[in-house]
Amino acid sequence: MESDKIEKLLEKYFEATATLAEEEALRTYFSQPIVAAHLEQYIPMFRYVVKAKEERFTRQVPLPRNHGMSRRYYRWVSVAAVVVMVFGIYFGNRYQEQKEAEYAYNQTKKALDLLAENLSRGTEKVAYLKEFEATKQKIYNNN
Amino acid sequence: MKQAEFLNVVMPFKDKLFRLAKRLLVSTEEAEDATQEILLKLWSKNQVMDSYNNVEAFAMTMTKNFCLDRLKSKQAGNLTLVHSNYTDHRSLQSEVEAKDSVEWVAKILDELPEQQKMVLQLRDVEEYDFDEIGTLLDMQPTAIRVALSRARKTVREKLIQKHSYGIG
Repeated sequence: MESDKIEKLLEKYFEATATLAEEEALRTYFSQPIVAAHLEQYIPMFRYVVKAKEERFTRQVPLPRNHGMSRRYYRWVSVAAVVVMVFGIYFGNRYQEQKEAEYAYNQTKKALDLLAENLSRGTEKVAYLKEFEATKQKIYNNN
Repeated sequence: MKQAEFLNVVMPFKDKLFRLAKRLLVSTEEAEDATQEILLKLWSKNQVMDSYNNVEAFAMTMTKNFCLDRLKSKQAGNLTLVHSNYTDHRSLQSEVEAKDSVEWVAKILDELPEQQKMVLQLRDVEEYDFDEIGTLLDMQPTAIRVALSRARKTVREKLIQKHSYGIG
């Protein structure tokens, strides 16, 4: 490209009125090995920009796995856990109560059984008394 | 959005994020940290990402804000950026000098005000049009032109200064 055209573009460039295409033309021109002597002073500006474009982000960024998914998932898991716990406490208590009631029932039954046993033993003894009564009656009748 | 899909969306512009971060933060390490941070933030938002019609612009704005915040907190912490790899190669051959003068441009750019840095970066390196720059930086086209023109002229002047020192 002729240098007077480049000069015009440079003027626009410094006034920031050049289009992207015109700026690209300038970069291309100044990337050439041979540049008009009076324009050499502009070389670093354009070559720097071309060089700066080549810089790359090389670091590997480890992304936390299934980030969004797991967060939602955990939220529901915690809700479920609370529900299970509440139910557990409720039914656990009921179960405990039932156990206690059963135990009390068994104990009472055992006590009553014991009572009944002794009572029947008592009535057995009373049966002897009847024997006396019968014998006594027999004696009365004979006399 | 799955991991592979996310990477496909992010891949084309992750270098741009990094270059913008580096332009603002200067240090490569810090720019890498910032880019990583932005990518992770984007990943954590990947459920809603489909609803952004321009993920690149969104990510660039995030990067800009993140880096400016970084710089602000750094100033508050009374830390200054140190251009540790700055060396003067005046005595070396002209060949090396030509290469160095490309490096000079980087130093000159580091000294520009943040807004000018960003405008120059987005226009000259990333080749965004004025509308895109306007949305990213929240600036009117005229303001962008003024900042861009000022930045380019500053680079030219300082380059000439340095160059004449180098010869003299």
